[in-house]
Amino acid sequence: MMDEGLRRELSRQGIFTTTLEGLYNWGRKNSIWPLQFGLACCAIEMIAASMARFDLARFGAEVFRPSPRQADLMIVAGTVTKKMAPQVVRLYNQMPEPKYVIAMGACAISGGPFKQGYNVLKGIDRYIPVDVHIPGCPPRPEALLHAFMTLQKRIDQQRLTGPSSPRHLKESEPSEFPIPAFGAHDLTPGKNPALWSPPKIIRGS
Amino acid sequence: MEPLEQLIARINSTFPGSEVSLMPNDAPSSQTSLLVSRKDGRRVAEFFKSDSLLRMDFLSNLTGVDWPDTVTKQKIKTKRNVDGVEKEIEETVETRKPGFLEVVYHLYSMELQHGPLIFRMRTENRVDGVHLPSLTPVWRGAELQEREVFDLYGVRFEGHPDLRRLLMWETFEDHPMRKDYVEPDDYEFEPTAHDEVLTKAKAYDSCAVALRT
Amino acid sequence: MSTSHLQLEAQTEPAFRVERRPAVEGGDLLEVSMGPQHPSTHGVFRMDVVLDGERIVKLKPVFGYLHRNHEKIAENSTYLGSMPYTDRLDYFCSLTNNWAYALTIEKLAGLQAPERAEYIRVITAELTRLQNHVCLIGFLLQDMGASGTPLMYAFREREAILDLFESLTGARMMCNYMRFGGCRVDLPAGWLEQASRVVDRFPRFLEEFDRLISGNEILAARTQGVGVLPRELAINASITGPVLRASGVNYDIRKVDKYGIYDRFAFRVPLGDHGDVYDRYMIRVLEMHESLAILRQAIRDIPPGPIMDPKAKIRGFKPKAGEAYGRIESPKGELGFYVISDGSPNPHRYRVRPPSLINLTVLEDMCLGQTVADSVIILGSIDIVLGEVDR
Ligand code: SF4
Repeated sequence: MMDEGLRRELSRQGIFTTTLEGLYNWGRKNSIWPLQFGLACCAIEMIAASMARFDLARFGAEVFRPSPRQADLMIVAGTVTKKMAPQVVRLYNQMPEPKYVIAMGACAISGGPFKQGYNVLKGIDRYIPVDVHIPGCPPRPEALLHAFMTLQKRIDQQRLTGPSSPRHLKESEPSEFPIPAFGAHDLTPGKNPALWSPPKIIRGS
Repeated sequence: MEPLEQLIARINSTFPGSEVSLMPNDAPSSQTSLLVSRKDGRRVAEFFKSDSLLRMDFLSNLTGVDWPDTVTKQKIKTKRNVDGVEKEIEETVETRKPGFLEVVYHLYSMELQHGPLIFRMRTENRVDGVHLPSLTPVWRGAELQEREVFDLYGVRFEGHPDLRRLLMWETFEDHPMRKDYVEPDDYEFEPTAHDEVLTKAKAYDSCAVALRT
Repeated sequence: MSTSHLQLEAQTEPAFRVERRPAVEGGDLLEVSMGPQHPSTHGVFRMDVVLDGERIVKLKPVFGYLHRNHEKIAENSTYLGSMPYTDRLDYFCSLTNNWAYALTIEKLAGLQAPERAEYIRVITAELTRLQNHVCLIGFLLQDMGASGTPLMYAFREREAILDLFESLTGARMMCNYMRFGGCRVDLPAGWLEQASRVVDRFPRFLEEFDRLISGNEILAARTQGVGVLPRELAINASITGPVLRASGVNYDIRKVDKYGIYDRFAFRVPLGDHGDVYDRYMIRVLEMHESLAILRQAIRDIPPGPIMDPKAKIRGFKPKAGEAYGRIESPKGELGFYVISDGSPNPHRYRVRPPSLINLTVLEDMCLGQTVADSVIILGSIDIVLGEVDR
């Protein structure tokens, strides 16, 4: 690690120094290309966020890629139905590392208003890991911008080595997840137990 | 449009022996409808479409309705001879009315700009006699809606060109819009459960239970 | 896109299978599954297409990827409880959805919205129509390859209208504004002035758009004579809305049923001649001009007064047993609700007649013989919203 005083001195002399880690994170966080993939109503707010008024381009994220092979970020914008869930997982599996997921809106988080529906998946985090959740129905475009800033901060804090290194640099972490299959009454399995188990409230006495 | 009583008379004179009756509607909308029997469905539909006074060329809406079996309990007092003494005994009699599936059609005329003409057909029961004539050959507009009714209610439309499930996947087995459909059990996490959902959530050691006990 | 070989690996079953056999011109038939994630199909819509070279020989739409069980949920909740769900049917046009549902329940329970509420409904519905059509045109041009600019312009105008909705109802998209027998809140101070500013500014945008696009050679070449829908087929297949009128059928429910107070306004119903994609595009542009005319009259004439029917009950609403079918001319076509009440607080049957779904009946007929790139704009010109197609 370079001494902070030395770095300042060098930059005063017109020499810019950085670390590999800093460069890596700077590059990643300023070019998060989302997958062009809308599911429901929230997708409209996602499109609105990328338009002139809210201008997602300020975050280097206006390049919506139609192919998962070119995308870094999946914005799960809308209700994930059971019929669609295998496709969502498949798309996630097709994305190259490093990849991130934003669960946009109540539906993607938990099924939202449609939670009691027989064909509605109660949260996409039952099948794929989610980095940022944004509540709202639909979240305003500003909320999506906030999610982007949160994601950028998280990327910036990642170290190349050690325990806080990102998921995609760890050998042991999977980058693909099993795709659920259509059953006679429901998806099988109904959740990926390695990823999701019902949260418990622990109250102190 | 002519009054429905008059229309029934005209149908009966065109197709002698057909069974068409009037279904009252108590709501202020006063949209009364016709109940057409299964065997007459197809030809009555064609009559609606081609008759010069009706010209119902536009099938606006087609939908299924599930009427489950109803059980009515009645208390009946009967007099009976018990040990030589006449006694009055109260008995409960259960009458079980078998349910059926019903399909409702809303017709309008684009040519004469009137409507709606509403008619309905009923299946025999909800289990095996679930056949109705398909009206897709009369109105193409019925194609997707009949598929939807087949998917969600399980009504089999005879003569439909491509009767597959519309919304659920092919290997799905239930008909979820029926009243007795049991939905898949994924109530592991219910933060704000109430009523039935609470009972379902209690089967799990979930937050809902944690919050309430 | 994938060849049929790759298709076999897909998780979902294709809607049909064709034998691989040599086509007439010596090439193979190719199965392509477009969607449910596809940049052009609006949302999670899937078309299974069989191609002979570039030409479509068979096409089957596959639905259900956004089947959110709206009807089942509505049958288990109270009448008013379904109102927020109607917002999410056609999520571009929450206010017209609200209106259709409110209209049906008003028929079912015998309520009548007061004068001012009717005016507010007309104003909000026509604003909704404006923003729906403007977005549709943006998406349609995007599908044609004019990426970015027209859509940006469209969303700029949409934002102005959404601001109006937000200051009136508190939400940009999911307005949940109408009630059985009226509207939820009265117009805030200065709202009408703001609305008339938006209305006054809109023609400038339409002109600009016209100059930019309508006479464009590429647009004409891509759309004229493409995806023709004959008049007889359109009627027989229950097509409604701008798609029907582009085929030359004069059927606008605002004129036929005169629901609400539409008989008080002077407006014309634009009709197409050819029923192709270009006509469907132009119908939308012309309808926006007519909506602006209605808006000007409504904003000028709106009277003061109450906005709720005094007979209306918010809590404990239980209509008598019976049934009603109500329909309106939503921006997509005939949006109808069919409700059967059994006298309990929740409906026995609740059905949405979705214009987007039924308009898709003829998708295959319009696409046969066209190229695969055309199928995308034909789909775009029908104007579907998946929330309504699958519900
Ligand atoms: S969270 Fe709300 S707005 Fe978003 S997809 Fe779900 S219902 Fe639609």
